[in-house]
Amino acid sequence: MAQKRNNANRGVSPNPKTATTTSSSTTTAPLPPTPNPAAPIPGSSRPTSSHSATTTSAKTSASAPVAQTWDKVVSNLTTHYQKSTPQRTKLLDAFMAFLVVVGVLQFVYCVLAGNYPFNAFLSGFSATVGQFVLTASLRIQTTEANKKDFPAVSPERAFADYVVCSLILHFFCVNFIN
Amino acid sequence: MWARGKVLAACCGSLSSPSSPAPQSQAACFPSFVGVPWAWRKLSWLDSKLAAASLGLFLCFSGSCESHSSSIALLTCCLFPRFRKYYPRMSVSHMRCAAAPSRPLPNISRYTNTLPVDPWFNFRATKYLVANGFYNFWDWFDDRTWHPLGRVTGGTLYPGLMVTSGAIWHALRAFTIPVDIRNVCVLLAPAFSGLTAIAAYLLTNEMTTYNSAGLLAALFMGIAPGYISRSVAGSYDNEAIAIFLLVFTFYLWIKALKQGSMLWGAFCALFYGYMVASWGGYAFITCLLPLHAFVLILMGRYSTRLYVSYTTWYALGTLASMQIPFVGFLPVKTSEHMPALGIFGFLQLLAFLDYVRSAIPSRQFQTFLWIFAGGIFVLSLAALVIATSAGIIAPWSGRFYSLWDTGYAKIHIPIIASVSEHQPTAWPAFFFDLNLLIFVFPVGVYLCFQELADEHVFIIVYAVFGSYFAGVMVRLMLTLTPVVCVAGAIAISTILNNYLVAKTPTEEDQQAAEAAEKKGSKSGLKSTNKPVVGIYGLWSKILMVGAMAIYLLIFVMHCTWVTSNAYSSPSVVLASRMPDGSQHIIDDYREAYQWLRQNTKEDAKIMSWWDYGYQIGGMADRPTLVDNNTWNNTHIATVGKAMSSREEVSYPIMRQHEVDYVLVVFGGLLGYSGDDINKFLWMVRIAEGIWPDEVSERAFFTPRGEYRVDGEATETMKNSLMYKMSYYNFNNLFPPGQAVDRMRQARLPEVGPSLSTLEEAFTSENWIIRIYKVKDLDNVGRDHISATAFEKGLKKKKATKKRGSRVLRVD
Repeated sequence: MAQKRNNANRGVSPNPKTATTTSSSTTTAPLPPTPNPAAPIPGSSRPTSSHSATTTSAKTSASAPVAQTWDKVVSNLTTHYQKSTPQRTKLLDAFMAFLVVVGVLQFVYCVLAGNYPFNAFLSGFSATVGQFVLTASLRIQTTEANKKDFPAVSPERAFADYVVCSLILHFFCVNFIN
Repeated sequence: MWARGKVLAACCGSLSSPSSPAPQSQAACFPSFVGVPWAWRKLSWLDSKLAAASLGLFLCFSGSCESHSSSIALLTCCLFPRFRKYYPRMSVSHMRCAAAPSRPLPNISRYTNTLPVDPWFNFRATKYLVANGFYNFWDWFDDRTWHPLGRVTGGTLYPGLMVTSGAIWHALRAFTIPVDIRNVCVLLAPAFSGLTAIAAYLLTNEMTTYNSAGLLAALFMGIAPGYISRSVAGSYDNEAIAIFLLVFTFYLWIKALKQGSMLWGAFCALFYGYMVASWGGYAFITCLLPLHAFVLILMGRYSTRLYVSYTTWYALGTLASMQIPFVGFLPVKTSEHMPALGIFGFLQLLAFLDYVRSAIPSRQFQTFLWIFAGGIFVLSLAALVIATSAGIIAPWSGRFYSLWDTGYAKIHIPIIASVSEHQPTAWPAFFFDLNLLIFVFPVGVYLCFQELADEHVFIIVYAVFGSYFAGVMVRLMLTLTPVVCVAGAIAISTILNNYLVAKTPTEEDQQAAEAAEKKGSKSGLKSTNKPVVGIYGLWSKILMVGAMAIYLLIFVMHCTWVTSNAYSSPSVVLASRMPDGSQHIIDDYREAYQWLRQNTKEDAKIMSWWDYGYQIGGMADRPTLVDNNTWNNTHIATVGKAMSSREEVSYPIMRQHEVDYVLVVFGGLLGYSGDDINKFLWMVRIAEGIWPDEVSERAFFTPRGEYRVDGEATETMKNSLMYKMSYYNFNNLFPPGQAVDRMRQARLPEVGPSLSTLEEAFTSENWIIRIYKVKDLDNVGRDHISATAFEKGLKKKKATKKRGSRVLRVD
């Protein structure tokens, strides 16, 4: 797969190096965040035990093991998140969570109480959605692991972009709110 | 170098001389000559060869241009100091930009500033904007159109065009350059065609590493007839700026996607918003960008860059589009916009999954994926189906259906089908509008397949959909033209770059290439292998380059010919040739509108078919019943009914709508095909759609199914108001019994139709426009038929008088 993508990307300015490195980094992604041996071991040990059994029938008869794996997936995810996320990024995540809550609240209100000032609802809702995706973009751009994807965007540039885009977004929202 | 350029220029000058009989055109070449040697020295060596190839084109092309056009074009290009960064590369492109507007200009130089149909409304609206300011324009209620109803113009138009020219006008005034707003309007389209050329240059340069491809794309964009049709000076239409915005938005999108930058995405969204403010065709972008994103996802090319650029574009762009009152809530309510929203949501999911995948082992991820993604997909699909069936999301609009099913409009919405621009494209039209490019277009797309990076996928997707839509609707040829120019430029520049390399590859080069090929060919698809092929013979090079040069020359000549013949004459003024070859200008439209302006009351209501509504409003400044903004189908059908019914039926309708004059276009004397009798069946169809009991299309055809106007015509046809108005008094022009309709080659009956409720007020020189005054009620209470009969001395009709008067009186 990596070889193929490399071929396809030949001659394109975001040079093939990034393509290979991204694909390789995705395949080996679970390895770097393994300073603690606790997290990956349950994940890797489980597949080894049921490897031969589940590869063929995992998709069809997955109802019983799903519950167990599901627990492990969630626990893995939380531990990974807590261990490997920088403090700043966690701050961004808190903001995103807040935006999600606000958006859901607005939506619930709209469903329950009607959407009468539709302008107001739309601009409020799209302000939260827009801010959410902008924050997500900022988070993506400032994450260390994604550095190779954005050769042109330094963290400072990302933040400046974020501010400009937010200004544009809120200008439109205020203009639209009536 | 300089000498080479001069010799070449001299050759090309002599080539172009047959096409430029006027001595002033040589003088016109002068400014471009000055630029050439300078640019020649500045260009890099490789480019200079290409410049040599394209210089001939350019000179040929400027050989016949009018003197003022190049100076205007230079002015246009000087407006963009930002591009000085690209100057060494751009200089030829600048000249191309200079050349781009020069084609269209013959239009105004020959016919003064006459504008075709649609622009009249835009011009009128711009005048209103400039006179009354932006806020009044936003709230403009126009009571001089759609007579009894009026039109909320401010909320039902795309204001981008008017605001642009208003802003330019104010800017020029701020620099104390006093310009009439009319001149701004007339020259806006050529100016923006220069910008389009630059945008095409930028877009193409994102696709390939050859600079020459961008230059060629700029050249093609400047002269392709498919685009020239809308960038003629005086073509003050929404498309004039919309194509520039389309191409530039695509450029910004590619830029945003390549860099994964929020800022470029925001620029893309801003220009998308501008596009939405300018043209209804913005839906093309709204559908194409999500499609591109979707295809990338399907190819397994999801990347964080895609997430950043797409979500930024969508979040900002949707909000920007909702600022336009005419668009309003459509982006969240109609199905056309749903793909964009769907991809937006889908990308959120993908980003989340991507994050999760990097966090947990792959086996766990698989189960996670199946449960999570499957659940979300089913849920969202159900939500979409429920929302559509519950009417929260409007189904696709009629115009959109007609894109998929070409027969749809004809059956369901005759008003859409009746516009000639909404007809399916005929095959020759592709060749006519794109010529050479239609052959090299697939080559360019193939080359994109060979590279297949994200931006090439965009060109491929655009090419496929643009071709399809251009085949469905003539008008959408306009959206196809940019991608054809880009792909064609990629193809031609690749050919030229391969064949213009001076050195022949040596043996070692070839062996090394073969070795590399053997190594590479073991893996991957066959199409991804690129064998290094050198061109050895000098003759093959000369042959190939020469052939390409000849093709390009023919292309330029074709464009010049099409522009001067098909797209330069404004539809208001018709040009024809006298038997001795001299040109004869037929100016009936302006004559008639001038008559209306000077001989009728300020608020005299004019009834005509809707095609002429904007012209009457703009040139004659009189209120109309219906116009080219076809927002009210019933009102149009009312006019259609009045035109296609008997006088006894039509008269009350006209009285109710306070019609003072009726205007018809008649081409029978001159053989002018765009007249009302030829459009008559559409009036009948549209009227039949609303009143199927009173108007029937079948009744206008003879029992043998022919549409005739001569003695064999059906009674319904002969008694219809349109027929009577067209042929009233037409017999008197000819010796008895020899009246001939030259348009339809039909011999008319000996006794012409008689009119009793209308009287002839004006007929233009060539009988193209005929205006009738609606008679007032009779003084002594008779109905009009018996009053006319009385004046003719036929007293027998007296008996029917009383019964008739009751029928015709209007309360």
